[in-house]
Amino acid sequence: MNEQVDIQDREAREAAAKAAEYEHGWSSDIETEFAEKGLTEDTVRFISAKKNEPQWMLDWRLKAFRLWQDMEEPDWAKLGYPEIDYQNAYYYAAPKKKAELESLDELDPEIKRVYDKLGIPLGEQEVLAGVKGARKVAVDAVFDSVSVATSFREELKRAGVIFLSISEAIREYPELVKKWLGKVVPQKDNFFATLNCAVFSDGTFVYIPEGVRCPMELSTYFRINAENTGQFERTLIVAEKGSYVSYLEGCTAPMRDENQLHAAVVELVAMEDAEIKYSTVQNWYPGDENGKGGIYNFVTKRALCQGARSKVSWTQVETGSAVTWKYPSCVLNGEDSVGEFYSVAVTNNYQQADTGTKMIHNGKGSRSTIISKGISAGKSNNTYRGLVRVAANADGVRNRTECDSLLIGDACGAHTVPYIEVKNPGAQIEHEATTSKISDDQLFYSMQRGLDEEEAMALIVNGFAKDVLKELPMEFAVEAQKLLAISLEGSVG
Amino acid sequence: MLKIENLSAEIDGKQILNGLTLEVAKGEVHAIMGPNGAGKSTLAYVLGGRPGYEVTGGSVSFDGKDLLDMEPHERAAAGLFLGFQYPVEIPGVSNVQFLREALNSQRKQRGDEPLTGGEFLKLAKEKAGLLKLDMDMLKRNVNVGFSGGEKKRAEMVQMGILDPSFAVLDETDSGLDIDALRVVGEGINAIMRSPDKAALLITHYQRLLEVVKPDRVSILAQGRIVKTGGAELAEQLENEGYDAVMEAA
Repeated sequence: MNEQVDIQDREAREAAAKAAEYEHGWSSDIETEFAEKGLTEDTVRFISAKKNEPQWMLDWRLKAFRLWQDMEEPDWAKLGYPEIDYQNAYYYAAPKKKAELESLDELDPEIKRVYDKLGIPLGEQEVLAGVKGARKVAVDAVFDSVSVATSFREELKRAGVIFLSISEAIREYPELVKKWLGKVVPQKDNFFATLNCAVFSDGTFVYIPEGVRCPMELSTYFRINAENTGQFERTLIVAEKGSYVSYLEGCTAPMRDENQLHAAVVELVAMEDAEIKYSTVQNWYPGDENGKGGIYNFVTKRALCQGARSKVSWTQVETGSAVTWKYPSCVLNGEDSVGEFYSVAVTNNYQQADTGTKMIHNGKGSRSTIISKGISAGKSNNTYRGLVRVAANADGVRNRTECDSLLIGDACGAHTVPYIEVKNPGAQIEHEATTSKISDDQLFYSMQRGLDEEEAMALIVNGFAKDVLKELPMEFAVEAQKLLAISLEGSVG
Repeated sequence: MLKIENLSAEIDGKQILNGLTLEVAKGEVHAIMGPNGAGKSTLAYVLGGRPGYEVTGGSVSFDGKDLLDMEPHERAAAGLFLGFQYPVEIPGVSNVQFLREALNSQRKQRGDEPLTGGEFLKLAKEKAGLLKLDMDMLKRNVNVGFSGGEKKRAEMVQMGILDPSFAVLDETDSGLDIDALRVVGEGINAIMRSPDKAALLITHYQRLLEVVKPDRVSILAQGRIVKTGGAELAEQLENEGYDAVMEAA
């Protein structure tokens, strides 16, 4: 019971903080203006100007844009989708096609049903669904007064933690941003990352000073005007020596977006003895059961474990998007640094996911753990693609990789593509992979004990994914379990 | 309580049950014996509602309801428990979680409030104690890494916790040593011996029936009940063999 209350308090504080930010943030001016379709230098200049960016930022964007023009879209992933016409897309706040909803009654019943199933309170549902004036309602519903929000902001401030939208950070902390932006994922890293450099719409900046343990989980859960920021998000988190932060990204509620193309970049930097825990729940619109529509999600996430004994854990639950291209990685430069990747990827109907990680061991004694659980149903394809690389002078490196695939039905595919490049003979690398099917025996056994087919399926799938789900922060874990079940609806029987 | 009339069923187009008729009254423990391939496990699965077992004729009424019209989980909520000959492993799911969800799902279907974690653990502890199963075993994943004997004992704990009104126990005695057999048999007595409950014990051997004394014994052969008698019929089978007894029938 107490636990429950604590979580609510924490969520409330987080929401309050975000709401307070929005009040004076970018959300109000974004709704009215947008860039015309297509991508030219003018689009880049427009975006930069809209954000009142300094000249150095504009120059940085333009450099990326010029690089991007000579780059080619990668085609090595096991993904098939129609060619993307980059000149036929919006890059800044696409105009809303639908008017705001007057009330939840106008919400697509299908989405409403999923909200209810996830147990999202009505106030939050209104915010998520974009009901008129809902932000105020949600905030009012959660807190008694502005003082809660203020105390939350003060708490972070007292700790010296900077938690801002990246646009604000560029204006307010240009030196910090300049020092790290593009240092983990270089501007010319890959086609999608470079595109993001040129046109990123917004995102988050987090700075944890030396020796500080961030007093609360930082969450984008409540950053609900994601319709605008989700497309080309840019996140930068810097954890100084001996600091700790846990960051939650995403939302279990299904997110619709008029923009089909998404390309986010996340950069993490962990200095000596610092630890970053980064958790994601991704549930963008996956398209319908015939594979029509759905988000194309091309994400570059990378962490620099720069200092000795630094540690970064990526945990992701990927259930949404029509196409997922995503490899949260760790560059383990620090001695005895640690990288972890825990992933559950669910594909159903015609979804395609090509996801995994890269663990680049440059530091002596660096260690990494990879646990990937792929669940495929319907006619979907689910690929684990992972690289473990050990540099010649990195002695005493250890890696353990476990890739498990679960198949539901007989029309889906699961693929495992591990790359192992070891230049140091002393490295200990373990790789285990299994593929199994949900058996009729398991389903019938569970149903004979009283579970209906859907509950039985959810139980078995959650058991399969348990090693990953237990890495999620508590408030995410419960919803993530429900989400797995919802994502697989209609895949049996 | 359970009334099976003229039941026929097939798997993959092959007829296994062939006009089976059997009635089990409240308070009764009824043993079903029979040679391999007689249709004993098929009977258990058809009663449980396993997909793939197609009923081609006859009827089954359970507490006055049409059992064959219900989904497997509805049968469970109505009070039917099937003890599996080969209990199934569910990796990553603890017995505690599995049983709590199952029990609460049954309670929901019956319109009862779900049990809280604390209430459930208290119940589980009590039932586990009854069957000399330590709680650590309940914290382990469902049947994963269990020995044959442990699996059967775990089935009995499940039965104790779910507290069905009618149990169909399919060769629960197979793979048990003498001590485990006694524990399981006494568990069946403790859980199912009650004036408003009944059980169908499917077994090859007499030895379980020495611990759980059946009120009646039926012989199943070629998909139908060929003979029904008292407990002495089991002894006769053990001494004389199926062929002799069935010839006499």
